[in-house]
Amino acid sequence: MTVIIDYDAGNLRSVQRACAEVGLSARITNDASTVAHADRVIFPGVGAAGPAMKSLRANGLDVALRHAFDAGTPVLGICLGLQISLDHSEEGDTATLGLIEGRVVRFRLDDPSLKIPHMGWNEVTVVRPHPLLRTVAPGAEFYFVHGYYPDPTHRSDVYAETQYERTFACALGRANYFATQFHLEKSGRVGLEMLASFATWDGRPC
Amino acid sequence: MLSKRLIACLDVRDGKLAKSVRFVDTKDIGDPVQKAREYYEDGLDELVFYDITASSDKRRIMLDVVESVAEQVFIPLSVGGGVRSVADATDLRLAGAEKINVNTAAVERPELIAECANSIGNQNVVLSMDIKAVGTDSPCPSGYEIVIHGGRTRTGKDALAWALEGERLGAGELVVNSIDADGTREGYARELTRMLSEAVRIPVIASGGAGKPEHLYDVLTKGKADAALVASMVHYGDYRISELKAYLHRRDIKVRMNW
Repeated sequence: MTVIIDYDAGNLRSVQRACAEVGLSARITNDASTVAHADRVIFPGVGAAGPAMKSLRANGLDVALRHAFDAGTPVLGICLGLQISLDHSEEGDTATLGLIEGRVVRFRLDDPSLKIPHMGWNEVTVVRPHPLLRTVAPGAEFYFVHGYYPDPTHRSDVYAETQYERTFACALGRANYFATQFHLEKSGRVGLEMLASFATWDGRPC
Repeated sequence: MLSKRLIACLDVRDGKLAKSVRFVDTKDIGDPVQKAREYYEDGLDELVFYDITASSDKRRIMLDVVESVAEQVFIPLSVGGGVRSVADATDLRLAGAEKINVNTAAVERPELIAECANSIGNQNVVLSMDIKAVGTDSPCPSGYEIVIHGGRTRTGKDALAWALEGERLGAGELVVNSIDADGTREGYARELTRMLSEAVRIPVIASGGAGKPEHLYDVLTKGKADAALVASMVHYGDYRISELKAYLHRRDIKVRMNW
């Protein structure tokens, strides 16, 4: 069974609908045991890091997610899901899950005409091949909405990058974990194709 | 580099697509779900539904429309019209809307913006402003006044001051809708759009008046808009979404061309 982790962090039904569109039946749950023993886990979310961590911990979902990760279950993080997989977020000075070493920092842009949040469609450049990125053609654009961006410690965890004044990592991965800063559930066909790849992914990074 | 967005706005009344000229004389022009799907497949970047249903007992129809669209259109979906509370916003979000537009109710009670931002996140709260040019010798120093109730009621509120207040209260985006240009197809209110876009740090969507591809180019360059909203020019079949994007692309505007 595929589960979508429910931790009061946004509109999970759009993720569920996009899964349904690619034939992946996914159940929304906040039950730690269900998450820990799922076949596939989707960890979405929008909103602020602090409240999200609080809500995860309150239901034991932080432990369940770590359990799924350690067990080799394919896990897909989206947006805030990606951000709280790192060690620390500058947003509310929040200690986060630490599945991947790194931090999340606020956009500080020199160009005053660039808007914050980074909102809209932007190009995703694959920098390392991955089964979930095999359908992503050069120049493909995905939908982003975020005011903070991931800054992972190890270059080897970065699979794709995007540019918004500076270049930042927009897809991270390690072993059976993969995460995107962009919303693949709101990125039209190219996003659905990635979800379809996740639906059959065996959890190996290559 | 971030692309400029092309957004289509569908005015929905009693579950049917409607379009007004200068905010009056609305007429039905088709099925919103089918139109949404058509635009999505033709490369639309984002969709806005505006519920202009007059009676509140028919609001369930709008939720059904949003739900049907959300099941088959996988781009950001924004909904507005009659949102008066966090509960209204939540109902629409559960039906499948990403972003919620607030307008009249936010003018009447500005805390609504902060309440929605706290509940559904700043990035999902869009402050939609209906604006009328009144001249700088009016009580509005910017020369533009906020109007509400679909353009029927003047508020005395200065548009620039309201945009800044909306940003401060937590709006994640602004829709700048010119009442003077709405439905005319004679071009966006470029100077108004530029003034507001330069004043705030959040994205600005230009709305009202698009009739030709040149109008989009103009407001995305000189008007400094982050996104351009279209309605009549695509609803009546004069232009296709893909055609507008191809035009902007040819003129070196960065738009999403692969979908």
